[in-house]
Amino acid sequence: MSSNPFPLSRDELLRAYRTMRTIRDFEERLHFEFAKGDIPGFVHLYAGEEACATGIMMHLTDIDRIASTHRGHGHCIAKGVDVHEMMAEIYGKATGSCRGKGGSMHIADLSKGMMGANGILGAGAPLICGAALASKFRGDHGVGVTFFGDGAANQGTVLESMNLAAVWNLPVLFVVENNGYAEATSVEYATAVDSYVDRASGFGMPGVTVDGTDFFAVYEAAGEIIRRAREGGGPALLECSVTRFYGHFEGDAQTYKAKGENEFNRANRDCLKIFRARVCDAELASERDFALIDVEVAALIDAAVSSAKDAPLPHARELLTDVYVSY
Amino acid sequence: MTRKISFKTAINEALDLEMTRDPNVILLGEDIVGGSGAPGEADAWGGVLGVTKGLYAKHGGRLLDTPLSESAYVGAAIGAAACGMRPVAELMFIDFMGVCFDQIFNQAAKFRYMFGGKAKTPVVIRAMVGAGFRAAAQHSQMLTPLFTHIPGLKVVCPSNAYEAKGLLIQAIRDDDPVIFCEHKNLYGLECEVPEESYAIPFGEANIAREGKDVTIVSYGLTVNRALEAAERLARKDRVEAEVIDLRTLSPIDWDTVLESVESTGRLVVVDEANPRCSLASDVAAYVAQHAFGALKAAPQMVTAPHTPTPFSPSLEDLYVPSTDAIVAAVGKTIARAKAA
Ligand SMILES: Cc1ncc(C[n+]2csc(CCOP(=O)(O)OP(=O)(O)O)c2C)c(N)n1
Ligand SMILES: [Mg+2]
Repeated sequence: MSSNPFPLSRDELLRAYRTMRTIRDFEERLHFEFAKGDIPGFVHLYAGEEACATGIMMHLTDIDRIASTHRGHGHCIAKGVDVHEMMAEIYGKATGSCRGKGGSMHIADLSKGMMGANGILGAGAPLICGAALASKFRGDHGVGVTFFGDGAANQGTVLESMNLAAVWNLPVLFVVENNGYAEATSVEYATAVDSYVDRASGFGMPGVTVDGTDFFAVYEAAGEIIRRAREGGGPALLECSVTRFYGHFEGDAQTYKAKGENEFNRANRDCLKIFRARVCDAELASERDFALIDVEVAALIDAAVSSAKDAPLPHARELLTDVYVSY
Repeated sequence: MTRKISFKTAINEALDLEMTRDPNVILLGEDIVGGSGAPGEADAWGGVLGVTKGLYAKHGGRLLDTPLSESAYVGAAIGAAACGMRPVAELMFIDFMGVCFDQIFNQAAKFRYMFGGKAKTPVVIRAMVGAGFRAAAQHSQMLTPLFTHIPGLKVVCPSNAYEAKGLLIQAIRDDDPVIFCEHKNLYGLECEVPEESYAIPFGEANIAREGKDVTIVSYGLTVNRALEAAERLARKDRVEAEVIDLRTLSPIDWDTVLESVESTGRLVVVDEANPRCSLASDVAAYVAQHAFGALKAAPQMVTAPHTPTPFSPSLEDLYVPSTDAIVAAVGKTIARAKAA
């Protein structure tokens, strides 16, 4: 075996691949099941953006908090939320992460430092400032990471939080997942600056843009920012350019995209393919290693879907629980 | 001429007619055109559920897609209204009101009074309300009572396509800020609607069904549940329910409500909002105060429970006020009356 050009061991590389593959299969399967009409509500898929969540989350442990978005499945999986429980939640079952009360847009697992997907754009940014403030008071060296899209970056809550994090020197990483679209509207239309890094400098914090389809670029940039934040260096912004393989939500006809755009991105900007090729080229793992993981992940997703389908619905009395009082 | 069209089409038609009539009417919102700056089709979405589809082709630059910045564009709509425009801002889901509420309740609602009557703020803020869409806790609320609480705001919530068209036209012509609440589960529902323009005045409730035994007061989607309940009660129990569709929650038509209760002696209020400080409790309290002598039984409220909206379809179906619950509530007013 040749020398390792990557900052991760072979085991870590395979772990990163397994996470990205799990996210991809989870989402591809949801796309399929949604089309059959089996899944209620709104579902926003993260397929195409896996390297972003994975490259960042590899640096975090359960004491570190993340605040996610409406497109949150990938963040959840990368942060270690149980895949069976997630699937059951999306099916609205009693065995789900939130016992069927939240659904796709509200999956949360506080024990994993996952403070929730979110139905409100920009809502995670103030919350993660609070998480970082708590870590600072308690001296646990935890960091907070808030994800938001190119569109949500224009919410006042995000901009206010960037200033707050800067003036209080909070250990927060602001991650812009720039997939070029907010629903059907392009980033060029809705955002005046060419790069969200300009926003970071406006708020007095460092920022960097990376190719979010390149796991290694994300991993390295995030590693540096997170290390700095843990040591008291304060907040920073990371913009990841990514692609969204599917529509804004399931059922979106995507007529606002260019013809062949999805096919082009799948052929040329697939973070899993890029990762596999680079690791194989460096001879740190073989196609066979990856294929084995693929088989295991496929089995995991199959099992998650069939157990979600078989799981019981929440009991009627659950309607009135988890609220201090009901009238 | 009338023809059957959906609630969604009726809203589209009202916007189209008013934009054609008055050049000061402009539309702002997230993806109300859809595809702005994108390489594919322009006018790709016409709103998240397609309500404004086709308007861009007719009215072009008078429809503005916005960045995802509700405070800024809703506030801008309010500011433009104070300067002579008649903007219709779309907030998509009323749950997003949280991020732009200051512009509505401290700014738009207050201008006319606080400036000593000198300002007009003819802005309409359209938003989807209501549960039953499997959209979970942050995309399913009614929130209507939040707005009726605030002096200066007008609050409208139509129950079908006919009402939606006439009320939206009135909302656009009105000189006060109007919160226009569209129940997302009504969008597909069709009824007979005139082709031409017409305005339904604010503050005039509609007696959707006449009856002598009990008054059922409601608004929005649940008017349809109340009508179903009334049919069932007539068929099975020979109880004739009068169903009042409030149409506008601010201003509210107390006269029609009181007159009806004075003749029936029984009141059931159906409100999909959470029960505390709701339209249901408001109407029940008003009637108790002003028609106490006429009441033969305690007023009954049928509402969502005091909980957020659950995601799981099995729980959400229990959350939304049902026809069964309305029938049962009517039963209570009759049983109590007999016992007395
Ligand atoms: C406050 C608020 N406004 C609007 C919406 C509706 N909405 C949900 S996702 C979305 C687009 C988000 O775009 P972006 O931030 O780029 O994230 P992406 O979907 O591309 O991941 C919009 C407008 C919302 N959920 N919350
Ligand atoms: Mg985006």
